[in-house]
Amino acid sequence: MIKKILIIGLLAVVGLIFFDLFNAYQGNETLSKTANYYAENGAKDVGAANLVTAIVVTYRGLDTLGEVTILFLAAAIISFALKFRKEDFIPNRPVRVTSELLDSASQVIVPIIFMVGIYIFINGHLTPGGGFQGGAVIASGVLLMIMSNPNFGVSHKVIATVESISGIAFVLIGVLGIILAGGFLDNTILPLGKLGDLFSAGVIPVIYTFVGLKVGAELSNIIGTISHAQNEKN
Amino acid sequence: MEYVIISTGFALMLLGLWGILSQKNLIKIILGFTIFDTGINIVMVSIGYVRGKAAPILDVINPAEAADKIVDPVPQALVLTSIVIGLGVTSLMLVYAMNLHREKNSLDINNFKDLKW
Repeated sequence: MIKKILIIGLLAVVGLIFFDLFNAYQGNETLSKTANYYAENGAKDVGAANLVTAIVVTYRGLDTLGEVTILFLAAAIISFALKFRKEDFIPNRPVRVTSELLDSASQVIVPIIFMVGIYIFINGHLTPGGGFQGGAVIASGVLLMIMSNPNFGVSHKVIATVESISGIAFVLIGVLGIILAGGFLDNTILPLGKLGDLFSAGVIPVIYTFVGLKVGAELSNIIGTISHAQNEKN
Repeated sequence: MEYVIISTGFALMLLGLWGILSQKNLIKIILGFTIFDTGINIVMVSIGYVRGKAAPILDVINPAEAADKIVDPVPQALVLTSIVIGLGVTSLMLVYAMNLHREKNSLDINNFKDLKW
């Protein structure tokens, strides 16, 4: 009883804070100073039609590197936390038979899902989307494969290779920016091209391709590890 | 319009907090965290909204007059980061819940008293 009263009291206090914040909010008529700078100079400096991508990959590229690192750390901790001894592993755990519909549909849909994911991260500088979204779409394809065949194992060798190569390539491109252009992760080491073309915005499509591969590999690794952990003998 | 969106975000945050505090099942508590997360993201995006302006993508908008035609792209970039981190945190919480279930064969929070004083 006393717990319920405490919960309601806490919710009321937090709700009061939110109400105060809501009352103080007035909506914007113009852009803030920072956003104004990005809007005026983004297309000229970076050449990406999608300004969010220009901010994520170039202006705040270092933050994105940290973000990818955090995702990698999460995947590594998950693999560590779900470790079990080899003797406890059951190679083919009994599972319910997959329905014919899911089985055949997944064979048709999975390649299309992969293609959409790749499209999303290659066009990250032109359309809404980018490396993280494309990677998540690719991982959802892997999830569908695991759902249709629960004993499907995600190959650690492939994932480790893709992940390390794309991570190293991301950092190397950043370092090339110091040598050839203005600074770390500067995108002008390739020509900027015409705004709105696929081959524009300098090195942004290349970086986003590597980010997409890395995020896709990491999320597939998380899904695969969790699915693999169910093969443990109780 | 932006008032509706921002109040939806605050309401989702309260709902998530209620879920975290009152539910007994670990999975439901984690769901509460993700709802809280979503609420915060909605509030952040709606703060960057500018009345009557378009998304910050310059495909039909002329770059020279972009500053008068787009909403604030900075909160959107921030929310992109926040979603990815939220996903990592959620998956970690789910894995810890799996490990707790492996230990005690139960997902009820009342069965885990090791750190309770």
